[in-house]
Amino acid sequence: MVSNVKDTNIISISGLTKRFKNFAAVDNISFDVKKGEIFAFLGPNGAGKSTTIKMLTTLLEPTSGSVTINGHDPKNNKDAVRKSFGIVFQDPSLDIDMTALENLQYHAVLFKVPADIRKKRIEELLRFVELWDRKNDMVKTFSGGMKRRLEMARGLLHHPKIIFLDEPTLGLDPQTRNHIWNYLLEINQKEGMTIFFSTHYMEEAEKVAQRIAIIDHGRIVAIGSTAELEEKTKTATLEEAYIALTGSVIREEQVNGSDRMRLMGRMMGRN
Amino acid sequence: MSTIYILWLRQVKKYFRAKSRIIGSLGQPLLFLLVFGFGFGAIFQQAGQGNYLQFLTSGIIMMSVLFTAIFSGIDLIWDKQFGFLKETMVAPVPRWQIMLGKTVGGATVASIQGVIVFVLALFVGFKISDPLMLPVALLFIILIALLFTSLGVAIASIIEDMQGFQLIMNFMVMPIFFLSGALFPLQGLPTALEVVTRIDPLTYGVDGIRSALGGVGSFGMGMDMMVIVIVAVIFLGVGTYLFEKIQA
Repeated sequence: MVSNVKDTNIISISGLTKRFKNFAAVDNISFDVKKGEIFAFLGPNGAGKSTTIKMLTTLLEPTSGSVTINGHDPKNNKDAVRKSFGIVFQDPSLDIDMTALENLQYHAVLFKVPADIRKKRIEELLRFVELWDRKNDMVKTFSGGMKRRLEMARGLLHHPKIIFLDEPTLGLDPQTRNHIWNYLLEINQKEGMTIFFSTHYMEEAEKVAQRIAIIDHGRIVAIGSTAELEEKTKTATLEEAYIALTGSVIREEQVNGSDRMRLMGRMMGRN
Repeated sequence: MSTIYILWLRQVKKYFRAKSRIIGSLGQPLLFLLVFGFGFGAIFQQAGQGNYLQFLTSGIIMMSVLFTAIFSGIDLIWDKQFGFLKETMVAPVPRWQIMLGKTVGGATVASIQGVIVFVLALFVGFKISDPLMLPVALLFIILIALLFTSLGVAIASIIEDMQGFQLIMNFMVMPIFFLSGALFPLQGLPTALEVVTRIDPLTYGVDGIRSALGGVGSFGMGMDMMVIVIVAVIFLGVGTYLFEKIQA
């Protein structure tokens, strides 16, 4: 695979913080992502991944710190930021009472895909994710994998410069996961689209990501290529490096019942 | 404009697809018309107020518009819970356009529902005195629909799930309906009740459409129209403000 990474930053994050009451979900993080880069954002549940992605995608106001997306600041130029990216959310976000086609038409209008190319572009993407035959079916009749593919098509519809994928392959079988990544890598190669994704599958990150950031307790604990992370932690695989850095096994046992309840409450309350 | 249109289209399409829901939601107004219309008819007549069905129909049309409008606004909560709202919120369009599209869509659905109830009432025995006034009656329906859909959207913007729904139903929607003069004339009420009915925006909708359909109104259609427009604009403003503050 030819690297398509340019030398300019498409995402810059500096001192980004989000507090919910007394709890810092994201605590003073800073890093950059380069144009065309495939960037993985890893961390245990509740570490602050989704909160960070929400702040990068204008869904949540940061408590402090600054963000630049494709040269724009979400604070004062939300629409320019919104035009720059596509997103596949962690939770489903389709209207299941509309057809696949209608879901894409809705998105195309909201994202200002010009009317004259709208039809062509929708067909192109539905064929791309192999849902063209099902275009007039209600989304509620779709399997989990089909919904995911449709969300992928939707996220790519308006030719975004960046695609954010929040655990895009969660709960999908390996065939579908492979399929989805093949689409994404193809577009990354052809159009230089930056990919920013979070996942719990270490082998997925190892395989496709050029750089990886690991977040835990709202802080970035490590950032670099797989090789750099392995070297830093003196381990042989990304998974080992990840566990060395986040130590999840040991920490889980130390968490008592009421902590877990609180964590659950926070997660459910926020998402 | 296209943003408002696509949001409107979604709402209207979903309404016409849920055929069983349309039929289901017509059961209640029809029951009210038949049971109250004929049940209280004799007493109403004896009290010298004329035909109760002629009186009641305006109230039941507006009841239908009220319920449908509030629900069409509040169903924003489903979009919130099923994640679809997030998809809309990351779109590069001003949020007031999203709010307006949603409101106009919900109001369209509520207005259609009101018109269907009107037609049902004709079958039950309701008579109109001046067909030329029908457009005015429709205007009242549309304005009330807009007013309460904005209220629904405003509520949905600040509550997180459907658990507060019962509360809203019993402490807001039902009182708005019962205190609007939909079921009884507004003359000769105890002072406290009279004051409350004057604060209820639906009162002016019921009064307005009742005048337009040939009944006797209390405030005059001009006054009714003015109050509704002012309240609708305020609710639209509040709804937009609260909607813009939603963080996903």
